[in-house]
Parts: sequence; C-alpha cells; structure tokens
Amino acid sequence: MANLKEVKQRITSVVSTQQITKAMKMVAAAKLRRAQDRIVQMRPYAEKLNGILTNVSSGAEGSIELVYADKREVNKVLIVAITSDRGLCGAFNSNIIKATNVLLNGKYAEQHAAGNVTILPLGKKVYDYYRKRNINVVSDFYSIFTDLSFDGVRAAAEFAMDGYAQGDYDQVEIIFNEFKNVATQIVRTEQFLPIGIEEQVSEEKASSTDYIFEPSKEYIIEELVPKSLKITFYKAVLESNASEHGARMTAMDKATENAGELLKELRLTYNRTRQAAITNEILEIVAGANALSA
Amino acid sequence: MYLEIITPEKKVFEGEVSEASFPGAAGAFQVLKGHAPLVSALANGLVGFSTAQGKSQFMIDGGVVEVLNDKIIVLAEKVLS
Repeated sequence: MANLKEVKQRITSVVSTQQITKAMKMVAAAKLRRAQDRIVQMRPYAEKLNGILTNVSSGAEGSIELVYADKREVNKVLIVAITSDRGLCGAFNSNIIKATNVLLNGKYAEQHAAGNVTILPLGKKVYDYYRKRNINVVSDFYSIFTDLSFDGVRAAAEFAMDGYAQGDYDQVEIIFNEFKNVATQIVRTEQFLPIGIEEQVSEEKASSTDYIFEPSKEYIIEELVPKSLKITFYKAVLESNASEHGARMTAMDKATENAGELLKELRLTYNRTRQAAITNEILEIVAGANALSA
Repeated sequence: MYLEIITPEKKVFEGEVSEASFPGAAGAFQVLKGHAPLVSALANGLVGFSTAQGKSQFMIDGGVVEVLNDKIIVLAEKVLS
C-alpha cells in the first residue's frame, strides 16, 4: 500500500496542475474569440477587393503581363512555414514541421540537396527548429505573433513577393494550419507564387456596370494583384493564429479532464489507505485488549 | 452618399457624406452625389469628406476606390488618422 503522505502530496500537485490547465484553457478561449474577430474584420476588405478584381479583369482586353504569374523553372524555393510562438497546443506545431519536412524531402528534394531551399519561419517554434539545422532561414519575421498586425504580416509578404519578382526564388509555398473548427485544424500546403491563372480569371460573371477606370484597367490590376496576394498571406496567418488557440483550448481541456480522472483514482487510493490504517489500528487495540483479559 | 473606408484590420469609417475627395493615382479628384461608376487606384495622400458634423480626413497609404450607385468604398492597406 502506498504511503499516505505520498498520496496526499500527489493529490495536491495534481490539483494545482489542473488549476493551471483550466486557466490556460480559458485564456485560450478568450484569445480564440479575438482571433476569430480578426478574421471577421478582414472579410469585408477581402471580399470587396476580390469583387473589384473580378470586375476589372473580366473586361480586360488581351493578356496582362504580371510579374507574379511568371512561371519559371524551379531552382530556388521559399517555404513559408507558420507555427505558433508557444507550445502546449497538441500536435499543432509538429504537424507543420512534419509537412515542411515532407516538402523538403519529397517535392523539393533536389533543390534541398543543392541548398536552394529557404525557410521563412513565422512563429518561434518553427524558427527554433530550423535554425539549428543545416538550411537557409530568413530570421527577420519569425516574431510577428508577439504583436500581430497587418503591417507586420505585410512586411513578410512583401519580402516573399519581392524575392520572387527579383528572381531570388522561383516558387513560394505556404504551410499553415487552416481553422476548420475549434477542435479541428487542417494542415494546408499552398502555392503562393507564381499565381495560378485559374485563380485570377474567376468564372463568376462580373456585373455589367460600365465603370470608368482611372488611370487604366491595366494599372489597377497591377495595383490590385499584390494587394490581393498580401491578403492571401494575411489570411493564412490569421487562420493559423485562430487554429493555434483552438488547438491549445482542446489540448488544455483534455489535460484538465485527465487530471480530474487521475484525482479520482488518487482520492480512492488515499481513502482506502487511510481506512486500512484505521482498521489495522483497531485490530491491534482489540488484539491487545483480548491478550490482557485472557 | 454612403462612404466606407476599409482596411484589413477594421472599418475605419462608414457613414453618410455629402462629398469626398481622393488622391487618385492620376491626380486628385472629388466625388459628389450621382457620380458615374468608377474604379480608381489611389496614391498616398489624404481622403477628405464632409459629413453632417463637418469635415474630416484620413491619410492613406495607397489603395483603391470604387464608386457605384452613390456608394463609395475605399480599400486601403493602412490608414493614419
């Protein structure tokens, strides 16, 4: 039988752990709500931007040479991997690292062997993982989650876009967790650049309104495409942010539950041990009394 | 006319205005009631408008504006008030 004092100590420690996980769960829930608000806030902008882009490009005559749609032979690759700054959120971060490694050893194995793959980490976890390994890492943007804002994300997106435009990279991929619901995150690997043409020319019929375009359709498209790319990038970051808090909430909920179960068992052991000790004492006393009276 | 100024982070302004002026990429211009449908790229500069409460303005860092049926929507990546 376990020592009574030891069991009591374990109960105290499990109770305090449970309090911590419960608090972390509530913090994650509050942060999740804020993260979801951000996504909702971004939606009107994204929708309007796409609307205008569809309107403009549907009527554009001839093809417009876009620097971001220029497909080249893939020699140099940039992989944008988005994780969180902190752990304790289940498989959230390791899923991203796993997916990144799959790209490195599968699709881009050749480029990786030649040392032409660069990782752009967003979030401390993936940064910590890759900076210790033999691979190029861009370390300017990994801390964007400390103070998440469109500005910070825009800088990272512009880095990737400029790198592509200048020929530093021939292909840019984004790996992030998509927010499906609080309990489910889906790891997505998306090609960021070059833009697929089908993405540009939407099937939707643009409104037949006769717009005046100032200064010209081509100019507006050239202005809008980078904006739309930045929004795609921003959206991935926000999705990942919401997923992170969702994942942490689920993980902490599970941990609280497990602690509860453990407590139940420990309390049972504690009570049983205590009762056994009492029974033992009584037995001894009765035996002693019997010995005296006999 | 109804004016909305939207950034990816929030709606900076929405409300009735009587006139609005924009830093167009090809030169500044003003929009009044009944303006023809228009899509214009914007340069860095001031977006000004008059509401019933008076005039106000926002500094934007480039963007795009759409005018349709007396509804004006400004999309800007960054707005400094």
